[in-house]
Amino acid sequence: MQAITREQLINKAVALLADGTVKYVLGWKKGEFDYDITPAVFETAEELNADFVWNDFCGANFSKYLVAKTRKLDGKILVFLKPCDTYSFNQLLTEHRFDRDKVYAVGIPCNGMADIAKVKEVCGDGISSIATEGDALAVTTIYDDEPVKVAVESVLAERCLNCKSKKHVAYDELMGEDGDTLDSNRFDEVAKLEAMTPDERFAFWQNELSRCIRCNACRDVCPACTCEKCVFDNPTSGVENKAPANSFEEKMFHIIRAFHVAGRCTDCGECSRVCPQNIPLHLLNRKFIKDINEFYGEYQAGAEVGSRAPLVNYTTEDLEPGEVFDRRDTNA
Amino acid sequence: MQVNGYKPLIVAFCCNWCSYAGADLAGNNRLSYPADVKIIRVPCSCRVNPMFILRAFQRGADGVIICGCHPGDCHYTSGNYYTRRRMAMLFSMLDYLGIERERTRVEWVSAAEGAKFAATMNDFAEKVAALGENKRLEDLRCKQ
Repeated sequence: MQAITREQLINKAVALLADGTVKYVLGWKKGEFDYDITPAVFETAEELNADFVWNDFCGANFSKYLVAKTRKLDGKILVFLKPCDTYSFNQLLTEHRFDRDKVYAVGIPCNGMADIAKVKEVCGDGISSIATEGDALAVTTIYDDEPVKVAVESVLAERCLNCKSKKHVAYDELMGEDGDTLDSNRFDEVAKLEAMTPDERFAFWQNELSRCIRCNACRDVCPACTCEKCVFDNPTSGVENKAPANSFEEKMFHIIRAFHVAGRCTDCGECSRVCPQNIPLHLLNRKFIKDINEFYGEYQAGAEVGSRAPLVNYTTEDLEPGEVFDRRDTNA
Repeated sequence: MQVNGYKPLIVAFCCNWCSYAGADLAGNNRLSYPADVKIIRVPCSCRVNPMFILRAFQRGADGVIICGCHPGDCHYTSGNYYTRRRMAMLFSMLDYLGIERERTRVEWVSAAEGAKFAATMNDFAEKVAALGENKRLEDLRCKQ
């Protein structure tokens, strides 16, 4: 259960709309299903009362939406930011991707979001409705009228289990309590893979990445992927769509995707959330973050506005590419 | 370079100002290095996009080597420092995906180091030949 209620958020949005601080509200609304929450723009109190949603499935990171919305809409936009969204918000500001003056950011606390794949593991497919009841989700399926109670704790998304920060690094106004950065175990999974033999690693990634259908959702949702022209949209590149065979093609896509955001990725975990094939894409991004921390010193993208990303920076004492492995082998 | 009749295909990205001239010097000095090394001239080693490397592998290269000026000697002052960081990250990632680490390399070769260029290529070709054909990175669509 979230520390803040839907009513509090609506009241805040309505008040800000009424006093003219903002003209639009970027919020969540129900999509096809109760667990399928999509971002939406609201303009009036009536719309907010009718459609605004705030529950344990509001995982969407709004920062990226500001890039398009601040250009398209003329007027200030109210945006609700969870702690991890604020890092992306700062990173986009660092890259001058949107106009800060057109945004009114309200920081909201987050107790972690539920992962629908985990809910389905418990309740099976055919979910017809999900309601929040205290700390549990009441899940009804088309096969059974009696709702199944699932504790939110037990179905938290992987990224929330390894939450790196409950602290808001950017906001105009804060609702509820501000938290602190946390010591998370987010690199454990990466370290586990590193400890495997190359053949095991190859088999692992072959298994994961060959499921990729190249829907590009990971790219489209990523707050660090904001190029207007993407290399993977170029039809003459020969890499713009999926190869009809098990090949290196999807691995190359994911290496390049992760590489293009290396050093700028705030580890918000949106890529894994939206993946329809449940590929643990955050493990690629975290590998880069872990390497950057080890090779070039601790760096958290988006922790402050204006910091220089490690891959557009250098020192004369950097380690040589060939030394990367010597270093790991001696550590292991 | 041949191991059991197999000759590796090696792509070498050489920076125009140092390594390409180094290759030229190796030729002038009649130093031999494997003919399987295909040199691609780039204005600076930092021109090498990670995608170039992956595309080379996809299209059937067995090894990719990037050669540039020694750190500090870049014609553009700092290009090879960026290369150094990028390639360290990329090679580490390729290793993470279970791809043989000997297939990629970065070597700094100046215009005066013709002998080093030949020795590097001989050594690299030998290592790649020992690994055998590149199966993990190939893409059948791209092969002729």
